[in-house]
Formats: sequence, structure tokens, C-alpha cells
Amino acid sequence: MSLFLIAALPFIGALLPGLMIQAGRNTCSTWTGIISLSALIGLLVHAPAVLRGEVITASVEWMPALGLNASFYLDGLGLLFGTLILGIGCLIILYARFYLSSKDPMGNFYTYLLLFQGAMVGIVLSDNILMLLVFWELTSLSSFLLIGYWKHLPEGRQGARMALTVTGMGGLGLIGGMLLLGHIAGTYELTELLEKRDLIQADPLYVPALLLILLGAFTKSAQFPFHFWLPRAMAAPTPVSAYLHSATMVKAGLFLMARLYPVMSGTTEWFWIVTLAGLITMVLGALIGIFQNDLKGLLAYSTVSHLGLITMLLGFSTEAAAIGAVFHIINHASFKASLFMTAGIVDHEAHTRDITRLGGLRHLMPITFVITAVASLSMAGIPPFNGFLSKEMMLEAAAHAQLGDNAWLIPALATLGALFSVAYSFRLLLHTWFGAERHDYPHHPHDPPFGMWLSPALLAVLVVLIGLFSQGLVGGIVQTTAASVLGNHAHPHVHLALWHGVTPALYMSGVAVLGGLVLLALYRPAHGLWHAVPRPDAKVIFDAIIDAATKLANWITDTLHDGKLTRYAAIFFLFTVLASWHAFSGGAGVTLPREPMQADIIPIIAWFALIAATGVTVYYHRHRLLALVVLGIIGVVVSLSFNYLSAPDLALTQLSVEVVTIVLLLLALNFLPEFTPKDSGNGRHVRDILIAVFVGGAVAALSYVIMLTDFAMPSIAEYHLAQSHDLAGGNNVVNVILVDFRGFDTFGEITVLGIAALIIYGVTEGLLGSKVRQKLLERKPNHPIAGDEHPMMMVVATRLLLPIALMVGVYIYLRGHNDPGGGFVAGLIVAIALLMQYMASGYDWADKRQRFPYHASIACGVMAAGITGIGAFFNNMPFLTSDFGYFQFPPLQKFELATAMGFDLGVFLAVVGAVMLTLESLSRLAYRRGDVPDEYPMDINPSRQPKNEDH
Amino acid sequence: MTIEFLVASAIGVLTAAGVYLILRLRTFPVILGTSFLSYAVNTYLFATGRLVVGAPPILQGHEAHVTYTDPVPQALVLTAIVIGFGMTAVVLMLALAAYLSGGHDKIDLQEDASEDRA
Repeated sequence: MSLFLIAALPFIGALLPGLMIQAGRNTCSTWTGIISLSALIGLLVHAPAVLRGEVITASVEWMPALGLNASFYLDGLGLLFGTLILGIGCLIILYARFYLSSKDPMGNFYTYLLLFQGAMVGIVLSDNILMLLVFWELTSLSSFLLIGYWKHLPEGRQGARMALTVTGMGGLGLIGGMLLLGHIAGTYELTELLEKRDLIQADPLYVPALLLILLGAFTKSAQFPFHFWLPRAMAAPTPVSAYLHSATMVKAGLFLMARLYPVMSGTTEWFWIVTLAGLITMVLGALIGIFQNDLKGLLAYSTVSHLGLITMLLGFSTEAAAIGAVFHIINHASFKASLFMTAGIVDHEAHTRDITRLGGLRHLMPITFVITAVASLSMAGIPPFNGFLSKEMMLEAAAHAQLGDNAWLIPALATLGALFSVAYSFRLLLHTWFGAERHDYPHHPHDPPFGMWLSPALLAVLVVLIGLFSQGLVGGIVQTTAASVLGNHAHPHVHLALWHGVTPALYMSGVAVLGGLVLLALYRPAHGLWHAVPRPDAKVIFDAIIDAATKLANWITDTLHDGKLTRYAAIFFLFTVLASWHAFSGGAGVTLPREPMQADIIPIIAWFALIAATGVTVYYHRHRLLALVVLGIIGVVVSLSFNYLSAPDLALTQLSVEVVTIVLLLLALNFLPEFTPKDSGNGRHVRDILIAVFVGGAVAALSYVIMLTDFAMPSIAEYHLAQSHDLAGGNNVVNVILVDFRGFDTFGEITVLGIAALIIYGVTEGLLGSKVRQKLLERKPNHPIAGDEHPMMMVVATRLLLPIALMVGVYIYLRGHNDPGGGFVAGLIVAIALLMQYMASGYDWADKRQRFPYHASIACGVMAAGITGIGAFFNNMPFLTSDFGYFQFPPLQKFELATAMGFDLGVFLAVVGAVMLTLESLSRLAYRRGDVPDEYPMDINPSRQPKNEDH
Repeated sequence: MTIEFLVASAIGVLTAAGVYLILRLRTFPVILGTSFLSYAVNTYLFATGRLVVGAPPILQGHEAHVTYTDPVPQALVLTAIVIGFGMTAVVLMLALAAYLSGGHDKIDLQEDASEDRA
């Protein structure tokens, strides 16, 4: 099976549980299991090749320029982890079918589980480290969902949040570290990167990269001081704890360290950080574990301790230690997942996981007892179970490890860790299962159904078999995996056996077992001592840190964003001016090579008109109507300037936009206060004037310099001018650019315009549907409305103008390709012509005669433009490529037809629709209670009295 | 007086007026300010094509000696003018809705929440 399919299968399969749950819980779990099992089989098909030392790859280039490819590879390490993830996944799916109660939504559970499984498989199969990061984050997210699966439990929600915060933080660090690593190595493909050990370790960025990557690995694998989230994640359903928090996800950190071992290990930094973190975690976790009364809590701290053990082995950076680490990953996964599941069974049957309320279960639940006994003896490191073998290897490696010049500290602490481990393993076994049978269990326990104990039983069988036949059963995979961990074409010598002769490890092991049993015998005094000694509570510290971070973030946000928008604007303007000043003062001196043009009298008059109008508008801006009327002058002057400076198209557009804008603002003013009150004091005015003068001066200077400087680069104008006629068949180059060369921009633009109009329509609808409608109906106008709302002179004039204006619109549209004009201007002119009808004859009259909704006009416009563009596909040309030809039908003159006309028609329709919808929406707000619609405003009816405002 | 000076100073004055009005505390002047800024920005963009009198980019057959002004900024500005209308309309509508439902047309969030409800 392709590696792509193996990685994709759980993700695709994640859709199934949600669907299959309709067919019942058995169908749902069966299908989930089938998905996992198929992926597992797909993976195992590659096993023989991988065990021969081959590497399977699959790759698709996605963004090679960024080093981002979808590439997977499968080596020994990937095979080991993939098998663990998918294999234990299958067992967990079976177990969860019986574990989940009928009240739990099973579809959700299996969906989350498969998402998690896919993410994990993705991590271990990724070749590209950027892709690995994505999967890494996905495991954090899906584990958040799984830990918080029981949404009604506060511990579940808190535990999920804490796990997400800690592992998410580590994930951020990991992103930084991986990017640094890829930067150093010059490649983001692991297969290439792992060959560059010397290059990476010699780089000054090696240490920062190492620290960041270890932050990611340690948080994920719950290494000290990030170990505290794991026990709190035990609020999850037990299948999740067994799967994520013992067998797979927490091992992702170990996987990462093992994966990058060939390039990162062996340095002093690696040795000290990794070894010490692992050692402390191992001893501390085991110590805390002894005194846990919650079965899952004990197992959680035990997991922390064992993860520390493996981390420490990786820290040693020796071949023997690496082999031990790989072997222990297998062993730990088997006995710990099994123990978690039996703990879940106990909880399920006795309705408690509290060791102090249990005891004497062995006769009540014999099958579960046997499974637990095998697994916990393995955890304690008692022969002949598999835990013994890897613990011996750990102790052997520790016996040879030196911490600086100190030769006894690591062996002593390793023995102590093993001793604690024996103590909690036997506590689990003796205090829960042995002793007298009790009569006060919350629920009388007995063995669960077959399906529920099958999964832990299978794992327990493995624990025994691997212990007895280690070399034959897993020697090959340990060998291959150790080879990929060590990298650099290493051929590790793997020899797994129960009996290694009398070695230091055997003595240490003996001390640990005896010491652990003694410690357990002294459990009561030890327990008293443990609770007498003050210890820091990780949750309190964590909450305090989160609290402080939240306060800091709030403080920054509140300080920067105090809701005073004008202040943001002022800061923005000032900053922009200062930044420009900085850029300007760093540049070369200014020379002005272009010859300026002398202005004759008319431009100077226009200039004075503009300055005066601006001054009046600003000075009288509190008088809103006056300001608005004077604003119109500025628009006209700008429009005339465009015409004067060789831009007739701009002049036409500016003029017509000016009209609709002023009408729009006038309409809005109808509902707004007539005057602006004086809010700001003199100091503020001076400040604002200064800012305005600064900005205005800077922009003026910049414009002046630009206008008198030559183009820095050859202008693209030449191309457009040269090709406009030949390629697009148009003489008006501006129009050709709009509908042809840059048609895609225009297409986007009319879409945006249409969306803007729809927003306005939507806001209007919202207003009319709210309490505001009442206010609008009862509104008193700013001024009394004229007695004759529809003066006949205006009505007659606009009616007469309508056909003429429409004809002008058509003319402007048709000539647009070769002369000033085009869809934009034509659309605006037609919109104005229609607008005049509304103004002269009233909204009701015009609305009644308006049979084509403006929304549809926008839609037709955008679609016409789009379809014209798509038309090019039929000609085997890219989107929006235009075509044109010349035709002659007697008696007409020869004329030109271009596909761009269809596009321009779209522009025209969209502009008409957008402008009219906007203005129509605003007009709809104006309706007041008591308004009588005028059916025939132009009819002269002598009996009709002028309407009285006060009736 | 040169044309360039007239245009540059006009852009500066329009910008200054726009900035001043944008810094006011009520919605309507701010909308006027954005209109001013639109004029200024459109003219500025147009001016980056340099100023030419009497040479509109309308091709006059194949006469080699005819010069044309730069059409590209013109095309940019043409769409900018129309989009400017759309922007003004949306901002205006939002301001209007805020005034009608909030009861005042102040720009800044008010320290005293009760004032919002007034």
C-alpha cells in the first residue's frame, strides 16, 4: 500500500464513524477497526523490505521553491512506531466499544480517535519536516478533543486545556527549531538532512535549534519540568489514556529525538540536557507514582517515569543505550497499554479507581487479575517478562555513564528509579488485587465481557512472549530501528536475551527489587512522610503563569486599544510620516531632471477654486449640508483637471461618481444630525492641525518630486500603447487595459462593488427588521418638507431626460473601446438617469415601474463578465483572453465586434446594479408613518390638495 | 507657477484636509475626510504617470510622431474612483446604522457604557 494511502486512510476513515453510528454502535466500531486494520496491514506489507534495510519512499512535489513537499518515507523507526500506533489502535478500538457507556456519543469518539491516529501516522512517516510539523500540531489538537471528550467533567476540560497549552507551546518551539534546522541544512527533507551531521553540529545555530526542538519533544513526552500535564490528562476516557498517554502520543517526543538522533546527538549540550531531563523525570515520576491512590494517576506518573528512562538512554548517545531505548519503547507500550486497560476494567466494574477502596479483587476478577499481574511484574522489571530485559539494558547503560567526572551518580539514581518503579508496581498489584475481599466496593465487580479483556490479554501475551523469545520475536525490528536511530549507516549489534551473566546491572536490579519491596512494606510511614513534606503543586503554578500571561496580554491590549479610534488614526499618521522621513533622510539628494510646465490662467483659477472650496469645507465642516455642497466643487475641479491632463476617461468617471456620491451623502444626511457639535478642545485642534499639515506637506513634497523625476524603470506604458490596437482591437488604451489587459482586476473590482452594495442592502434590511424601524417611522425631518413633493417641472424634465440619458449611456458604452467612455461611465450615467426618476417622481412611483431587481443586475453583470472570460477556454486560451473582428452588414459601415464588449457589458450591469441598490436601500429608510404613496405624481388633479405636514 | 506645483500643492492640501477631518470625533466629518483622502490619493496615483497636456491615450492610427500619456495609472485610478464610491457607501451605511441603533454618532468608544445606551 502506498505510504500516502496509509497516512490518509485514518483521515478518510474519520468520516465513517459519524455516518456509521446511524447503523448502530457495533457497525460504527467495526468500521473504525477495519480502517485501522487496513492501514496496519498496508504498513506491514512493507515490513519484510524494511527489515532487509530498505527505505520505502513516496513523494509529490507541492511547493518545491519553499521546500514544502508531500514526501513520506518508511524506515525501521517509522515501521516500529507505525506498527505500535496502528496495532495498539486496533486493540483500543475494540476495547473502547465495550468501555464507552451507551450515553457517550461513540461516533464523535471514533472520529477523534482516527484523526489522532492519522496525525500520528503522519508524524512517523513524514520525510518533510514542515509536513511533520503540521501533523505534530494535529496530534495536539486531536488529543485536546479526546482528553476533553467528557465535556461535562470540569477536570476533563481543564486537563484538555492544560495539555493543549503545554504541548502547543512546545509545538511553537518545535516549529522554530525545525525551521532553524532546515535553514542550517539547506533542506527540509529528513532523508537528506540526516546525512549532514557535521554541518549541523558545527553551525552556531545548532544550540538554539537543539533547545527549541527539545522544548517540543519534552513537552510532548512530559519530561521534567513539563511533566505535570500528563497526569491531569487522565480525566480522559481510559481508552484515550491507554492509547495517547502511554503507548503513542507521549512517545512522539521520543520519536522526534530518535528521528533527529543522527544529527543532534553526541554533543555535550545534547548529553547534559537530555540525560539530566530524563534522569530527573525518571526518578521524580516514579517517586510520585508510589503515593498515587488513583489507579490511572499511578500509571500516569509511571508513564512519565518510563518516558524519562527512554529519554535518558537517548541522552547517553551510545549504541547500547540507543538499542535499549528502542527495545523499551516496545516493551513499555505493551505492558503500559495493557495496564491502563485493566485499570479501566476495574473502574468499569467496581465503579472506582481509588486503590484505598479496592483490594482483594483477585478472586472476583481472575482473568483481569492475571493480565494485570503479568503486566505489572513486567513494569517492575521482574524476569522473565519483557520489562526486565530492557530495564537490565538501561541499568547496564547507566552503569557505564558518567556525569562529568562523577561515575556513581547516574548508576545510583538509575537504581533508585528502578527501586521506586518496583515499589509502585507491587503497590498496584498487592493493594488492588491481594488482601482480603471487601464488601464495600461501590459496585460488586466481576470479569468483563470477552471483548473488553481481549485487548489487554493480547498485550499481556506479548509481554510474556517477548520476554521469553526476545531475540527471535523482536530482534529484527530492534536491529533495524536502532540502525535508523543511530543513522550514519550504523550496523548496531543487537543481542536480546534474558540471561547476560552476572553483570553490574544484575546487582543493581537485585537491589532495586529488594529495596522496592522493603519500601512497600514500609508504605504507611513512607506515606505519612510523603504527605508531611511540602511540595509545589504544578496546577497552582501553571494557573498562576496562565493568569499572569492573561493579565499581561489584557494590559497590552487595553493599553494599545482603548477604543479611541481617532487616537489610532493619529498614531498611524504620525508613524507613517516619521517612517517616511526616516526613509527620505537615508536616501540620496533630490534632483529634478524633468522640465516643469508653465501654467496659464485657467489652471490657476481652478487651483484657487479647489483650495478655497477645501478651506470652506474644512472650516464649516460642522455645518454638514454646506460642507457637502462645497465638496461638490472639489469633485468638479478634480474632474476638470483630469480632463486637462490628458485623462478624459477619468474626467467622465470622476464627474459621474461625484454626482452619485453627493446624492448618497445627502440621502444619509437626511437621517443624521444637521450639525456637528464641538467635541474637542483647542489643544486637540492644534495637535490635529499639526498632524494634518505634516502629512499634507509630506505628500505634496513627494508628489512634486515624483512628477519632476524620470521613471526609475522603463514604463510598461509602452507595451500597452503598442499592443492595444493590434492585440485587443481597441484605440482607447485605458479602456483596453480595464477590459482586456488587466481584465482580471476589473472582474474582481466589479465583484467587490457588488458585494459592497449587498452589504448596504443587508445592513438596511437589518435596520428595518430591528427596533430602529419604529424610530424611523416616527422620525421628524430636519426641515419641513416642501408642500409639493414632486414639482411638475422636475418631473417633466426628468421624464424627458430619461430616454436621452439612456441613449447617451448606450453610446458611451459602445464607443468605450476606441474613444473615452466604456462600461463604468455608461453604468454611472444610466444610474444617474434612473436616480433622477426616484428623486423627481418619488420612491413609490419609481419602485412600481422597476421590474428588474438590482441584485439581479449585479449578478448578471458579474456573470456576464465571468462567462466572457470563460469563453476564452473554448478557444484554448487562458481566462479572459479576448478576441475581436471587423464585420460589415450593408448598409451599415464596417464595424468592430470584440468579446471585450461582453465583459464591458458585465461591468456596465454591475455598476448600474450596485449604485442603484445602494441608493435604493438608503431611500427605503426614509419612509415615515402617514406617508401616502403617490401613484400618479405627474397627473394634474385639481381636487388634490397640497399635502399638509401636520395632519 | 508650474502645473506640477499646482497639482502637488493641491494634493497636499486635499490630504491635509482629509487627515484633519478623519481625526474629528463624529462620523460624518470622518466620511468627508475619507472623500478628501480619496481625491488626494487618486490624483497622486494619476500623477505618478507624470503630467502631460493634450496627449490622451487614445490611439490616432499609425502616426509615429504622436505621443501619448501613460495609460496605466489612469486605468488604476478609474477603478479606484468607482471602488471609492463603494467604500464611501459602505462606511456611510455603517455610520448610519450605528447612529440609528446606537443613538449617537461618536467615533471613539465611550468610557461610560451608559452613554452608549442613552
